Amino acid sequence: MKKLSQDASKNNKWIITVRKWIILVLFYAIVQILIMTNVINDYIFSTLVTVCINVILAVSLNLITGFTGQFSLGHAGFMSIGAYTCALITLRYPTVWGFLGGLLLGAVLAAIVGIFVGLPTLRLKGDYLAIATLGMAEIIKIFFRNVLEDLTNGAAGLSGIPQFVNWTWLFVFTAGTVALISNFINSSHGRACISVREDEIAAEAMGINSTKYKVIAFVTGAFFAGIAGAIYSSYFYFISPDMFDFQKSIDILVVVVLGGMGSISGSVIASIVLALISTLLQSFSEVRMVIYGVLLIVIMLFRPQGIMGSKELSFSVVKKWAQGLRQKNGGIA
Amino acid sequence: MERFLQQLINGISLGSIYALIALGYTMVYGIINLINFAHGDVYMIGAYVGYFCMTTLKLGFFPSLLISMLVCAVLGVTIEKIAYKPLRDATRIAVLITAIGVSLFIEYATMFFVKPDSRSYPPLTGFLTKNYYIGNLFFSAKQILIICITVVLMALLQFIVKKTRIGKAMRAVSLDRDAAQLMGISVDRTISFTFLIGSALAGAAGILVGIYYNSINPLMGVMPGLKAFVAAVFGGIGTIPGAMIGGYFIGLVEVMVSGYLDSMYRDAVVFAILIIILIVKPSGLLGKEMREKV
Repeated sequence: MKKLSQDASKNNKWIITVRKWIILVLFYAIVQILIMTNVINDYIFSTLVTVCINVILAVSLNLITGFTGQFSLGHAGFMSIGAYTCALITLRYPTVWGFLGGLLLGAVLAAIVGIFVGLPTLRLKGDYLAIATLGMAEIIKIFFRNVLEDLTNGAAGLSGIPQFVNWTWLFVFTAGTVALISNFINSSHGRACISVREDEIAAEAMGINSTKYKVIAFVTGAFFAGIAGAIYSSYFYFISPDMFDFQKSIDILVVVVLGGMGSISGSVIASIVLALISTLLQSFSEVRMVIYGVLLIVIMLFRPQGIMGSKELSFSVVKKWAQGLRQKNGGIA
Repeated sequence: MERFLQQLINGISLGSIYALIALGYTMVYGIINLINFAHGDVYMIGAYVGYFCMTTLKLGFFPSLLISMLVCAVLGVTIEKIAYKPLRDATRIAVLITAIGVSLFIEYATMFFVKPDSRSYPPLTGFLTKNYYIGNLFFSAKQILIICITVVLMALLQFIVKKTRIGKAMRAVSLDRDAAQLMGISVDRTISFTFLIGSALAGAAGILVGIYYNSINPLMGVMPGLKAFVAAVFGGIGTIPGAMIGGYFIGLVEVMVSGYLDSMYRDAVVFAILIIILIVKPSGLLGKEMREKV
């Protein structure tokens, strides 16, 4: 009897995995066909790129802030490392391999900086960590603007970066990031991260090395932020140090908070919602920021857990909703 | 040597402004443990109110100073009532995010009304235009004014905190909120009063910066706000003398870096100091070590 139920659950898991793959491939194929038939034109595609970059950034920040509970305000700093590395390399080697190499190197460099920043500062708690990471991002910005001026063209920024990002790469990196981070969170290491968020002292008492997990989460987040930066520079041709300032870090934080700290599907949904809002308000950038501000206040006052809370959208949840709806409708009939 | 002394004078004037902003940060942090990100924007509003008084209403400097302090005090209390009070029992991260939201809202709402370009303050009149020389050292009347106003306001603050009933209440609430409540202190009113004083000081700093640098814009509060926070952390957040020392220290460092190295590096140096301080002595120069509660 026991063996049977084990088999069934194994079977079930297998079915879910296959189903996920089929949906992903279908999604990829549909968008590809829409691009080829020009239903998705350049304008819509650039919104899609923004959504995907925001998904990568938000999911990686969510790992640090939402799942591990370490409040970081310096995510844009890591993004800029990826952006500059990839841009500088593709400007010299304008091939797909140059792009992939630059992207990878940028992500690794961001992760290395993450280690150097994380090891000392992650001993700090809450607000202090936020301010320290903010300061770190400012220092990275000044580094690119002034110290490496000959290489990065200072405040004027780099332009004419060759474009290698197409739907295939975009899909691979976005889906890959989401898959890797959600697998990480569902592993025992991910559980350890969540326990650090819930109660650091209790986690330590249970034998979890909290510093180790904080640094792992921080460095992983930095790595993926580097990838997002590389994609950004390769798609939008142009980067300058001011693009990766405090404001950008806040933008990413808004996505995470709106979606729900501790929910990956929340981050994805919020990326889409906010990209739509900012596309609609493109010609009124001040109004957009006012709305962001009000949104943050209102969410914190009335729904501090965000759209999704710490829940994930999954097939079983959708099924439950559908069932609930059917029952309701049945009741009325 | 002469150059050094000249930089010292400039540093003290700039430091006075940082110290005024830092006092607001440190008081609010001391009483409700919140980094009030909107504090830098209250300072920006102070600068704009001063500008409005001096240009549209054609008021003199001192009436403008009083009006902008008053407007900022009201603004500070309003922010506290609307955004922070409902979150008294929420997590620290929720309050911090709200503070960021308030800051974004004030910045961009102001930008919407006054347009993003910077404006220059009206030229000063009367004794404020004079310059003084001691040997080759150069003082402007503005610098003397800034330093004097800061010293007067700080003395006033010390008096309020140390000698008055409401000051005693503030100290009690920052020490132990629940115990203060039990002793009959109205915690809500005390917190509002803290915001009132802190915001008034920020308003004063805003108008002083307006006459010192002559140029104001809606995002001017972001950097000085962060640096004033660094100053508060440096001196030991929660302590009033610490905020003053930190403010003057950051002002001096900034002026010295601009004078001897390159003004492009001054922000980097300030933040590097912050990170070093946080790592070496997180409680700051005058702060006390806090035991972690289990």
